[in-house]
Amino acid sequence: MSRENIESRNEPVAGEKLIELRVNSQVYVLRVGRGPGELDPAHTLAFTLRETLGLTGTKVSCDKGACGGCTVLREAEAVLSCMLLTIECGGKEITTIEGLKDAKTGALDPLQQSFIDHSAFQCGYCTPGMIMSSKALLTANPSPAEEEIKEALSGNFCRCISQYQVVEAVKAVSGKKG
Amino acid sequence: MAQPYRYIGKATPRKDGLDIVTGESRFVDDLKFERLLHGVVVRSPHAHAMIKSIDSAGAKGLEGVRAVLTREDIPDFKYGNPRVFRLLDRKVRYVGDAVALIAAESEQIAREAAGLVAIDYHVLPAVFDDYEAMEPGAPQLYEEFPGNVLPLGDPFLGQKSMVEIRTGDVADGLSEADVIIAGKCGYDNLPNPMPMESPRVVASWGRGVEGRDCVTFWISNQAPYLMKVILGAILGANLDVRVFGGPCGGSFGSKLMSWQPMCYAALLSKNTGRPVKVVYSKEEHLGSFVLRPSSRLDIKVGMKKDGTVTAIAGDWLIGTGCYSQTTQAQVAVGCGEAMIALRCKNWSVKPKIVCTNRTASGIARGFGGQELKCALFPILSRGMEKLQIDPLDFMKKNFIKPGDGYLWRDAQWYDYRGISFTAMMDRGAEVFGWKQKWKGWLTPTSVEGAKRIGIGVGVHGNADVGEDVSEAYVRIDSNGSIVVHSCLQEHGTGQRSNGAKVVAEVLQTPLEWVSMTPADTMVNPFEFGPFGSRGTYVILGAIIRAAEDARSKLFEVAAPMLGCAASELDTADGYIWAKSAPKRRVRWQRALFQRTILGYGRFEPDYSLSNCLMSFVEVEVDTETGNLVLQRVVNATDVGQIIDPQGLAGQLCGCLGTAGIDSAIFEETILDSSTGRILNANMIDYKWRTSSEMPTIDNVVFQTPMPTHRFHAIGVGEIATAPGPSAVLMAASNAIGAWLDSYPVTPCKVLRALGKVGNAGNKQRAHTARKRGAGD
Ligand code: FES
Ligand code: FES
Repeated sequence: MSRENIESRNEPVAGEKLIELRVNSQVYVLRVGRGPGELDPAHTLAFTLRETLGLTGTKVSCDKGACGGCTVLREAEAVLSCMLLTIECGGKEITTIEGLKDAKTGALDPLQQSFIDHSAFQCGYCTPGMIMSSKALLTANPSPAEEEIKEALSGNFCRCISQYQVVEAVKAVSGKKG
Repeated sequence: MAQPYRYIGKATPRKDGLDIVTGESRFVDDLKFERLLHGVVVRSPHAHAMIKSIDSAGAKGLEGVRAVLTREDIPDFKYGNPRVFRLLDRKVRYVGDAVALIAAESEQIAREAAGLVAIDYHVLPAVFDDYEAMEPGAPQLYEEFPGNVLPLGDPFLGQKSMVEIRTGDVADGLSEADVIIAGKCGYDNLPNPMPMESPRVVASWGRGVEGRDCVTFWISNQAPYLMKVILGAILGANLDVRVFGGPCGGSFGSKLMSWQPMCYAALLSKNTGRPVKVVYSKEEHLGSFVLRPSSRLDIKVGMKKDGTVTAIAGDWLIGTGCYSQTTQAQVAVGCGEAMIALRCKNWSVKPKIVCTNRTASGIARGFGGQELKCALFPILSRGMEKLQIDPLDFMKKNFIKPGDGYLWRDAQWYDYRGISFTAMMDRGAEVFGWKQKWKGWLTPTSVEGAKRIGIGVGVHGNADVGEDVSEAYVRIDSNGSIVVHSCLQEHGTGQRSNGAKVVAEVLQTPLEWVSMTPADTMVNPFEFGPFGSRGTYVILGAIIRAAEDARSKLFEVAAPMLGCAASELDTADGYIWAKSAPKRRVRWQRALFQRTILGYGRFEPDYSLSNCLMSFVEVEVDTETGNLVLQRVVNATDVGQIIDPQGLAGQLCGCLGTAGIDSAIFEETILDSSTGRILNANMIDYKWRTSSEMPTIDNVVFQTPMPTHRFHAIGVGEIATAPGPSAVLMAASNAIGAWLDSYPVTPCKVLRALGKVGNAGNKQRAHTARKRGAGD
């Protein structure tokens, strides 16, 4: 289902339940139901982002809250999108990896650039989650100590062991505006 | 020592970096397909059973289900080594074995339907222990393998392949020894390489470009071309197989064993006429995909006071679980790697591969050699202790040197053409502080209350650096842009970026001028994929040759324009000139007017070189709690020439995970030995290291030019995991002053070795350990 179709469905028919989801500053109105493109109450936020909205930057690995791969921001807080039901996410601003670039200029977030500069990834599968967890940390604490960075990322699995380079990448932008 | 290159050896951004950090990378599960169906596998709850009947009516009746396939509905596909393992069989042989396949409009519906397939089983006794499997009267898995023993040898490795290590005369060797050690040790905790992205594939069965039947795959593993060859062999000759390899979310070797999920998706697609995606859940990945093979050695070693190993003789038992695809090849390579690590004249090591009713064993970084050496070094340690030999001196003395040779996987003798790694090992030891910290065998480096520090060292080398053939084209288009045709898929090592980098170096162009074709088997020449340690020497080697060929062809075209011989020309940044008259330049575009240049490169296998990695580890063991903390790792290697420093650092830091060092500390697959079910097949119970528990890692990288490579480089990434586990065992034994012989070193094993707890709480495991001969 295209974005336009989803967005245009904002006039409720009697008896219809609609959820307004705000993702990367865009509003999506989803009808609760079991049909294609609809929001099944059993859908996790990760599923909705990837399958319904086509925002596949968010990665699912364990789907059980263990690996941090599916981390997104709810307002400024890092949350595991595989552990949240989408119907509970209405009214809150969700930010995914696709929403980190500057919406107007298209410029990368300094954190994204720093990940590139430090090659802070190998296969890159954990990277969206790593970046979102780091973003939440830097928003709450713009100048974290190294131990605080490691602690903040301790829920993000990386099997390739890119954590050393990730910590360097986060350190490089900490203390700066971003 | 580094060469003055424009790009080689310098940090350059990964070509796919922007996609990775913006979420634009398209992994298999991120691709969009019209009318896509979702496939799931109905799996057996029994470890060993005959299928009496399958009733799929309930599943077929569920709305949204498009196909339910059982053994009767599909061709009798077989693969593996030997080629007797069926895609779906009458019999199931492990908990999780495939029984039926379902395609439905959504994954949710398919999983629901899986629960509606009614299967009647006749349950058979099962066997999970490698030794018990060989006992008379043990349950038999296959008619073809009496005693559950598989044949050795892999036809893929050539006419003959290495099925044992046999050189010299072990009786003579033992008679020369100052000490003879008889010992048993196992590396049999079956860790899982566990890439973050589980196995997955999309298949679409239809007509190809010429109207022939064609099945197209989008895969998440590291070897599209190899998969084309394998699937072609399974699916039959009257079919085109095309494979796309996009970004792969980690494999570490394991996903090379993907013929089953690929066949599932292909058959479901053929049956429904629609593309089908099969995505293993994490639980399936951990419970129904591949683990490391188990490895148990029972050998005698002769050793002299000066550290010379005079003889190694005995048996090597390798457990392959319910089937084998590459275990024989792992045995062949492992045997060769043992000879590279140990200059010993007299060998007689006889491998045996046994199957049991557990999840299959497959490929993991360290391919055979890690499995063998993790069992071998602890036995050698006993000899070193008796003779008071420092293990660093022992490894320095015994690792291969110019003038030596070894038998490799094809059972051929190779005279070693590489370099000596001794200086690199010395430097690693210096950075680690080995001299100051080594206090002798079974002696801690320091003691503070209950906490004791111990150190250990391990070494690994691999002649896979020059493994198998690779081909590439380098195309220069009429506008001067350069395209590298290679079936190299990116799986985390950064080799696709390195492919572009070496071409920019040869042709002296900006990096942005060079792009790579997608890893599509239809447009790319033969290239098996970055496994073994072949990425740098083999794959980049073919690409470099293709670039050099393109360069000469370009010069041939430009030579008449400059009025001199092609051999006198040089180029940079899109200009060509004669070396004798650099001021008169011709632009590439002029030479390329209405023309495409196509360079071809081919690499022929070369097994006469080895890489080397030595890992030093420092652990802290708490003698009250038994807890072990890995505090420091120093990896020392000589790569000839760094291609990309950041990529190399990432690979070396990978020593911890992917069934590496942590398989000596806490990573293990725990089997319920009454049911055969894996108890920790999820990412909460299967332990992994978090970012707040990372030890300090220092990587010491030498660059002694290798004689063979255009840029004098050799690959090392794959073996990062291999030397560490046995080093941890050594370090832990030294810390507590008692031998530890079994992986992983859990608190319970430490306390048991210290005599602080008995076996009471752990009867079953102690029983199993006794059977295995692992003295834990
Ligand atoms: S996918 Fe959500 S935590 Fe693993
Ligand atoms: S880079 Fe591969 S999982 Fe982190």
